[in-house]
Amino acid sequence: MYTLSNVTKTYRQTNRTVHALRSVDLSIPTGQLVAVQGPTGGGKSTLLQMLGALDRPSSGEVRLGDAVLSAADDRELARVRARQVGFVFQNFNLIPTLTARENVETALAPLGTAGAERRRRSTEVLGRVGLADRLDHLPAELSGGQQQRVAIARALVKEPEVLLADEPTGNLDEVTRDEVMDLLELLWRDQGLTVVVVTHDSAVADRADRRLYIADGTVTSGAPRGRTAPRPAAAGS
Amino acid sequence: MFFTYLRRELANRRRQSAVVAAGMALAITLVIIVSSLSAGVEDAQDSALSAVYGVGTDITVSSPAEGPNAGGGGGQRFQFGAEDGERADGSTSVVQSRLHLSPGTASFSADAVDTVRGIADVEAATATLSLTNVTFEGEMPDPQEGGGMVRVAPGGGADGEGGSSFDVTTFSVLGLDPGETGVGPLTSVAVSDGRAPAADDAGTHTAVLDNDYATGAELAVGDTLEIGGTEFEIVGLVASTAATGASAADVYIPLDTAQELAELDGEISDIYVQATSATAIDQVQADIEAALPDATVNTQQDLASTVSGSLATAASLLSNLGTWLSVAVLAAAFLIAALLTMSGVARRTREFGTLKAIGWSNGRVVRQVAGESLVQAVLGGLVGSALGVIGVLAVNAAGITLSSVTDAPAGPEGEPAGGGPVRIGPGSDAAASTADIVLNAPVSVQIVLLAVGLAALGGLVAGASGGWRAARLRPAEALRAVN
Ligand SMILES: Nc1ncnc2c1ncn2[C@@H]1O[C@H](COP(=O)(O)OP(=O)(O)OP(=O)(O)O)[C@@H](O)[C@H]1O
Ligand SMILES: [Mg+2]
Repeated sequence: MYTLSNVTKTYRQTNRTVHALRSVDLSIPTGQLVAVQGPTGGGKSTLLQMLGALDRPSSGEVRLGDAVLSAADDRELARVRARQVGFVFQNFNLIPTLTARENVETALAPLGTAGAERRRRSTEVLGRVGLADRLDHLPAELSGGQQQRVAIARALVKEPEVLLADEPTGNLDEVTRDEVMDLLELLWRDQGLTVVVVTHDSAVADRADRRLYIADGTVTSGAPRGRTAPRPAAAGS
Repeated sequence: MFFTYLRRELANRRRQSAVVAAGMALAITLVIIVSSLSAGVEDAQDSALSAVYGVGTDITVSSPAEGPNAGGGGGQRFQFGAEDGERADGSTSVVQSRLHLSPGTASFSADAVDTVRGIADVEAATATLSLTNVTFEGEMPDPQEGGGMVRVAPGGGADGEGGSSFDVTTFSVLGLDPGETGVGPLTSVAVSDGRAPAADDAGTHTAVLDNDYATGAELAVGDTLEIGGTEFEIVGLVASTAATGASAADVYIPLDTAQELAELDGEISDIYVQATSATAIDQVQADIEAALPDATVNTQQDLASTVSGSLATAASLLSNLGTWLSVAVLAAAFLIAALLTMSGVARRTREFGTLKAIGWSNGRVVRQVAGESLVQAVLGGLVGSALGVIGVLAVNAAGITLSSVTDAPAGPEGEPAGGGPVRIGPGSDAAASTADIVLNAPVSVQIVLLAVGLAALGGLVAGASGGWRAARLRPAEALRAVN
């Protein structure tokens, strides 16, 4: 359960100020699958950073359950990221020198899980995303879709409360995109996760049970619904 | 996870690891070679010094060779009365030996020994009197009048005036306490024939000769030798145990006998002092200087500067060029390691950002970065140590010979004071000893540990600079940074 009240995020640069988020009020109940859409530069990634305890807002309050993320220090934020949040990135962001299973294990390292247990759980989660026969492959030896599955396994192995994905299908072709979305949806249904997916892709957004639209730092709920063209900004990522 | 990740990074980024390790290896090789050679040269200097000053002598006390008590003064003239010598065919054949203070040496009161012994942390002290015996042997035409005087040209041994011919031979005589075995010149010799000086030799006319001198002068145990016009019985021969083979004097006689013959009652020229511990040496030196303000007080370190020859050249080369070169290469290796680590971290911004985004703490990321540089540097250090040890062994196998020239005890460089008719220059037997030493550089565990420790330090410096960069990286960079 996320509660955001009056959240703003301002980036100050030498000659100008960017308002990435402007007094956002938002609450996301546990177990919801939310799609976030909007034009490029609208503030989607910034919102995800607030939700994912990657950064603190300039003002306002961000809560995840009872934890006030907006007031936590760096150590506490790292602990929230380690235990409660799973991240999936557009560019997969796997460690190139580690095998698929070792990449998944990196998510368990900060939890202090013992080596054998780490390997067992990683192997099990990779099996669940359909990569049981790719455990010892390096990222470069995997296709884009397979790499993103490894990234999803890495996000899920810690059994987080929320899964945050920033354009997880942005670098994938249509077939792979659908496979990855099927997988995300399956996991979401199985595990009762809260899932927030940033996407430019309406096919992806259509699967969500709630859609948010962000432009110029302002969130409007379900705005694109009912529009004839559901892609508000054709700009690529 | 730490070790898996570490292993994979090193294996997959071989080129960077190799550059860092190779730089460190080069630096460590140099450090080991320079340190070992320095230690070897120091050993050589020690043995060159112990030949002259005895083993375990920490400090020597002497008197500046100026003023009324200086050796080599106006007393060096031979006077012959009309009745001296044997007359034959209108010329007179004469032999006369005189014992006097060695050139460049001055005598002072033996009371100083008791003063030194009374100083705190002095383990032992013994006094010696450094003398030179000059024997004149030759023929000269009958003098016109009742007496004559011979003037010997500088350098000695030339023809005198008026068709006379003669030889002047010199040997060094050291008066010492015959019962003292703990400190002093006798600690660096071993008996090769007969016996060593003993406590009850005091006051007797017994002499112990240096083996080399005895061989050259064709003397053996049981023979007699004329010193200062008095017959001495040779009771033993001793050989130097120092690596240089050099020794303090040609002839050793009891101190009291030496004082009497040289007409220097109660006078000595040197005191050999041993401190209770190496750390006490500086304090003992200061205390002696305070108690004997007129004396020259030298530590072994001061004395090392009196060693000259190629040994000294090697020592200064190592301590100057060698040290600077090692420091420079070490600094360069540290810098290369630090820069490569920092640029490596910059290149892996997304990687570290991602790890932070999935919950890695700053500390864990920094540890990983520092661990990588530490292992690279230590690997380089180990390779460097192996190369360094091989290098040192090669130098030892090459058998490089260094020559050392050591001034005699209490012999500050320079001309002897005064200027009598017979002059014994500073280059003569009595004033300096020359020896060849084969350089043997020790490879000690300490030096290797020090070198590997330095490499580890370099790795930590590099790791700290890379880690500092990684720590400042915001986790949100993971979402932003594109390939
Ligand atoms: N670290 C930063 N420093 C300065 N400005 C920033 C920073 N991060 C984001 N911004 C600005 O904030 C605004 C919102 O950026 P954000 O990345 O949230 O957009 P987005 O909706 O994710 O866009 P896209 O669809 O292109 O990914 C943009 O104008 C961006 O330039
Ligand atoms: Mg974005």
